[in-house]
Amino acid sequence: MNAATLPSGTGRSDTGLPDSVSAIESAALRSDRFRLEREADWQRLEAIVTSMEKGRLRRLSDEDLLALPGLYRTVASSLSIARETSLDAATLAYLEALVQRAWFVVYGPRSSLWDWLRGFLGGGWSAAVRAIWLDILVALAVMVAGTAVGWLLVAHDVDWYHALVGGDMAGGRVPGATREALRHTLFGDSGRNGMSLFATQLFSNNSQVSILAFALGFAFGIPSLLLLVHNMAMLGAMLWLYHGAGLLTDFAGWLAVHGTTELFAIMLAGAAGLHIGRSLAFPGNRPVLQATAEAGRRAALVMTGVVLMLIVAALLEGFARQLVDQTFGRFAIGGFMLAAWCAYFFAFRGNRGKVRAA
Amino acid sequence: MSVVPTRYRRTSRDRVLVTPEGISVPVTVASRGSRVGALMLDFLVILVLMGLTTWGLIEIAGGLTGIDRNLEQKNALGHALQFLVIVWLVAMFLFRNAYFLFFELGPRGATPGKRIAGIRIAARDGGRLTADMVIARNLLRDIELFLPIVFILQAGAQSGMGWLTATGWLAIFLLMPLFNRDALRAGDMIAGTWVLERPRQKLEAAMSLARAPAARHEDEVALDAGAAPARRTYRFEEAELAVYGEYELQALERVLRDDRAQSLESVYETIARKIDRNDGWNDERAFLEDYYTELRARLEAGMRMGRRKADKFSGSQE
Repeated sequence: MNAATLPSGTGRSDTGLPDSVSAIESAALRSDRFRLEREADWQRLEAIVTSMEKGRLRRLSDEDLLALPGLYRTVASSLSIARETSLDAATLAYLEALVQRAWFVVYGPRSSLWDWLRGFLGGGWSAAVRAIWLDILVALAVMVAGTAVGWLLVAHDVDWYHALVGGDMAGGRVPGATREALRHTLFGDSGRNGMSLFATQLFSNNSQVSILAFALGFAFGIPSLLLLVHNMAMLGAMLWLYHGAGLLTDFAGWLAVHGTTELFAIMLAGAAGLHIGRSLAFPGNRPVLQATAEAGRRAALVMTGVVLMLIVAALLEGFARQLVDQTFGRFAIGGFMLAAWCAYFFAFRGNRGKVRAA
Repeated sequence: MSVVPTRYRRTSRDRVLVTPEGISVPVTVASRGSRVGALMLDFLVILVLMGLTTWGLIEIAGGLTGIDRNLEQKNALGHALQFLVIVWLVAMFLFRNAYFLFFELGPRGATPGKRIAGIRIAARDGGRLTADMVIARNLLRDIELFLPIVFILQAGAQSGMGWLTATGWLAIFLLMPLFNRDALRAGDMIAGTWVLERPRQKLEAAMSLARAPAARHEDEVALDAGAAPARRTYRFEEAELAVYGEYELQALERVLRDDRAQSLESVYETIARKIDRNDGWNDERAFLEDYYTELRARLEAGMRMGRRKADKFSGSQE
């Protein structure tokens, strides 16, 4: 910098300059002169892109990082010009590859996981949930219907109970069990060990199930709905069982602690699957692939949230349910969670929602 | 003007992608083989990671024996062991689900396996690859891959029609990349992504400038034939240049770059016969270089005027 202002400095740069200038002038072809004039920019971009590809982001200087978008556009326009004026296949192939590599970097995933999470919690998630409201309503209706069907089936013929509730799931909760035995499944776990372990297992299992419910949406959403119906029919059957023993309120409370969160999450997962299935079956005016991709991205946001909700649900199930051993307290926790989720999804408009709307 | 004018169409996997700036960039869709290879590598890495984590935690816990006995105890040891088991469960969940996310969200857009295979993911519409896309793409991996494999492994004596139906249904997802042109798997369709090859292209010296290697080559010729050591320059008439187009120019460029005496000779013979010259005998390379430069100059001058000549068959629109 300083040297450039001094006479000796300019002299030195003069000795450097004529060489490249003469090379440019001596080039016979105009397209070669074009190339020689811009080669330095290309090579600088290549160096930046190469070090980013190798994961050496930290070693790049700030100037290089700031220059990247500009250089990318310069090289992209070089490519456009070269395509119209040059027949040097090597240069064109190089520029095409370089533009592609720079495009990968410039349009790569920009947000770090952390930034993304902040935007996600600060409105992106709830906006995505609101965007699939129709599917949520459908999923809710299907779940209510599934519960009713489960109840009615078992009320009609007790044998259905074993068909709906698998043996290992049922445990002591079978038709004909005494009231005391059923009561025992609801209360008196507070002294149990390994709750944290239990919660982690629950989370791991539930999240895989809900990812499945989402992924099955790809088949036009029908398997997602079937999965919802099946799970809810199981719930309906259990409700009937406890109703028969006069423990319906207590069972509801036992379920409400984590169930409001977990069932909400499962509903969202089913709705997300349905959303994809619906856009696949009825893409509207857009091409199928584009419609599916748009729906898929929205549904993926919802699904990430579902996994978070299931973590909360597992914690509630593993700890709160065992520690709070009375029905009123359980209803209070469950009701509070439900209200909190509803408020977050439907009343909270975060920063990101505004940005998207603008 | 065709969209891939500068490169010979090498495979059926070449596509054109339009960047947000409106530049069309030729890209190559990754082959199915390299994707399977990348996946295998990633699984290998995941398995090794899982194994190491399990081994490490068992080491910390002090061996397998007695774990299940101590786990249920309500003392400090029991709690510590419970904690370790939780760490293990969480780690397994993360390895299974977050491994792909973590790496594909990085600036390289590729897991280690993909990087070794030389491929990466990109947005299909040419826009930015967003975190949403990466997440959507990887959430579907379960149904596409793990589920069918589990089902197939369950094949046994009691597997009946139900198993067959389920497996057939799931196999559709597993084999999805075979049924579409861009080798999209279900997750790619959902997310709007695709897997592309990473280009590697070095900037080669322009043939019309590369005089130094030509001189070296000429010396060898000079030794063989005893011709004049100074490089001869050749001039060509307008009519002699008008016979060829861009396609032939690029073919000539390739021959010059490959620099194999035999092909140089045969190309020289073809051109010399076509334009009815024989003065470049035993000096083929210099002759061809000059011909290349002048032909390129002529064709590029035409380009600037909006006249293009694709190959020798297309008439020059003059």
